[in-house]
Amino acid sequence: MSRIRAALRPESSFRRRLAAALLLATTGSLVFASGAFADFLTPESGGSPNADQIDSLYKIILYIAIVVFIVVEGALFYSLIKFRAKRGRVAAQIHGNTRLEITWTIGAALILVVLAAVTFAKLGDIQNPPNSSSDGLNLAQGVLTASTTEPSPPNGKKLAICVTGRQYIWRYTYGANCKSNAFGLPFSYQEMVVPANTTVVLDIEATDVIHSWWIPKLGGKMDAVPGYRNFTWFKAPRAGELYKGQCAELCGRGHADMTARVRVVSPGEYETWLADQRQAIADANRQAVQLRRQLASDGII
Amino acid sequence: MATTAPALKPVPQVIAHEVQAEPTRARWTEWFTTTDHKKIGILYIVTTFAFFLIGGVEALLMRLQLGTPNNNLLTPERYNELFTLHGTTMIFLFVVPMMAGFANYFLPLMIGARDMAFPRLNALSYWLLLFGGIVFYSSLFWQPPEAGWFSYTPLSSEIFTPSGGQDAWIYLIHITGISSLVGAINFYATIVNMRAPGMGWGRLPLFVWAILIYALLLILALPVIAGAVTMLLTDRNFGTHFFDPTEGGSPILWQHLFWFFGHPEVYIMILPGFGIISEVLPVFARKPIFGYKAIAASTVVIAFLAALVWAHHMFAVPVPTVVLGFFMLSSFLIAVPTGVKIFNWIATLWRGTIEFTTPLYFAVGFLSIFVVGGITGIFLAVFPVDWQLTDTYFVVAHFHYVLMGGAVFTIFCGLYYWYPKMTGRMLSEPLGKASFWLMFVGFNMTFLVQHAMGLSGMPRRVYQYPADAGLTVYNQISTVGSFVLGLGILLSVINFVRSYKNGAVAGPDPWKGNTLEWFTTSPPPVNNFDVVPRIRSVEPMKDIRRQVERQSGIAHSETEGQPVTFA
Repeated sequence: MSRIRAALRPESSFRRRLAAALLLATTGSLVFASGAFADFLTPESGGSPNADQIDSLYKIILYIAIVVFIVVEGALFYSLIKFRAKRGRVAAQIHGNTRLEITWTIGAALILVVLAAVTFAKLGDIQNPPNSSSDGLNLAQGVLTASTTEPSPPNGKKLAICVTGRQYIWRYTYGANCKSNAFGLPFSYQEMVVPANTTVVLDIEATDVIHSWWIPKLGGKMDAVPGYRNFTWFKAPRAGELYKGQCAELCGRGHADMTARVRVVSPGEYETWLADQRQAIADANRQAVQLRRQLASDGII
Repeated sequence: MATTAPALKPVPQVIAHEVQAEPTRARWTEWFTTTDHKKIGILYIVTTFAFFLIGGVEALLMRLQLGTPNNNLLTPERYNELFTLHGTTMIFLFVVPMMAGFANYFLPLMIGARDMAFPRLNALSYWLLLFGGIVFYSSLFWQPPEAGWFSYTPLSSEIFTPSGGQDAWIYLIHITGISSLVGAINFYATIVNMRAPGMGWGRLPLFVWAILIYALLLILALPVIAGAVTMLLTDRNFGTHFFDPTEGGSPILWQHLFWFFGHPEVYIMILPGFGIISEVLPVFARKPIFGYKAIAASTVVIAFLAALVWAHHMFAVPVPTVVLGFFMLSSFLIAVPTGVKIFNWIATLWRGTIEFTTPLYFAVGFLSIFVVGGITGIFLAVFPVDWQLTDTYFVVAHFHYVLMGGAVFTIFCGLYYWYPKMTGRMLSEPLGKASFWLMFVGFNMTFLVQHAMGLSGMPRRVYQYPADAGLTVYNQISTVGSFVLGLGILLSVINFVRSYKNGAVAGPDPWKGNTLEWFTTSPPPVNNFDVVPRIRSVEPMKDIRRQVERQSGIAHSETEGQPVTFA
């Protein structure tokens, strides 16, 4: 019996190795934890409150994950180092321990209960848009819509933009009725222009295959599915920023080229840009009409 | 010690004798006509390993393309074809049938059976797999599929993907699906009916438990995908509109049907791997498995929950918040039995005498990698966080940590563990360990940085990325890592080929194993066993060795939990 106990007692060389391993693990975890704040371990954020909230929710999970990672991998490598085969060492012939089994089952479940509670606590701030700030675009009172899934700020004032995905470009239609009647509304392709500090609600759809709208710094992605409406929102705090993204759902051979940009401008600049865009579209339409007349009179079409 | 006391009773020993059939045909034709589960098992393992190498080359081509920004090595068309071939090959032609190969070879041996319940059905199952693979890969000569391994509609519909490659993909799912279904029924019937005397459900080896649940999940999930791809086939060729939104169909229906199959499929791929680990760890820790019942029960619970988590693949499609919440919680729930398994495996090593053989290296490599994949799975289950992570390289990293870690490392563990039984030869340990370290380092180099790529905004399935996106360094690390990983796999291939003729002779029980397959010659004769002993525990070979010791007076150190030294 004493022989067995002696075999189980850590030896001095082992103790030194253990100390080295612990030191390494501690340094490693410190580097890891400080790196946690670095950008490469967390999602993009900074362009909108929902992206920031997702980022902070992610960080909470990350901290718990780091602890779980160190404990589990630590236990694994500790047992690998400590219990390696040696002459005279005897393996304990144990078959299990019910109390231990119950403990770690409940322990694992408790961690997940905490994560679920944190997620639901943060969900409101991620899903529900806030009101536009006072220095945002001055918006008319929103219309009450029948949709229960379309997000709306508490005061109902929002800038609605319809996002339409198609192979391989994004189209944006500006205006509250962009879904019901897009005729005559200003639109742009690839680059969306929005006013700062204003709650923008996107109504996302697709006309051909499934695409996915994603500007990482402005929050999560939402799929554009033909035949369905999907929604997201953002509220960019600073004018002068340009946020980049691209289609995130495989949509064909041009998938990698289906890029998107969101340019944030001041509310005044936005009004000007919208008027210019309206003018440019009207001019282009006029030219197209002229050209078609010309072609028709020439007998080409 | 050297002289033995005369045995008073007959000592149990390996007493299987080759039963020779009259050689009527050339030997190679046996491989086409055989119904022997071991030959079929070898056919499965060799065929699927060949597909694994093909899929690996496809992956390396993709990594080469992504090695530099704005690279034009591959066209977007070729790139889309490559990831479709890679994903489909690895899942339908490698992992699932490789597990079927192991099950074919070892399930009858582990339960002391003569063969599978339906030997000819078993042969059918293999040949369907091979022909499914041939049908699929023959599309290379025309136009391979390019809509990804989950072929979302409407992209996979006839308008957007007119080529026959998509139809070849459908036939692959059909043919390999029937193959797996037939195989699953066979495994189930064999386990239920053909166990050795005394092998109750509480004495079933954990690998066999895993195969039982694998079979049940296949029987549950395969009919759903068979129906879905049939609907896609009629949509594409016969004018139906199941998935066409312009005619009242729904693209989201496809996603529900696909993932109702697709998520159980994930567990179909890793549960047998879990089973292999549950066999290998106790052998090399010289200690009984910790919590046998908990591990068997968690396998059943995982299978049940696996059917309730499918929509966590669809958090970004338009679904109500209550659905998002349900699938987040069900996905959390499945982490509990998975965690229980990991704790039990570590507890099995705890206070053991661990022998660092190559199979143990791969088993421990699996554990350390799979923990990371499990943890990142929790990130993805939290649906608001998933909105940032889904369809990015973070997901690619996650599922390679669970599938490459969970399936490929366990398959290599199984290959190194059972190669002596299948060929009668030992593999080279130094070469095996070198292969392990290259694979382990290469794997982590390839996929750890992919988390960062995804978090920095790189979506999956893009054939190019711009130079100013801050993704270049990550991609370069990943590409170099993938070649290190490839080199590691190559070393194992060399090991397998070299040892087949030149390896040391293994003998019936080189590892001092716990289960019945070690109670016969290596390789086993056609009839497997002459006599099957009565099973008294989950470790029948330990009982047999103990009996030998008692009756012959020769001490066998491993019965006391002491290390065994290998030649």
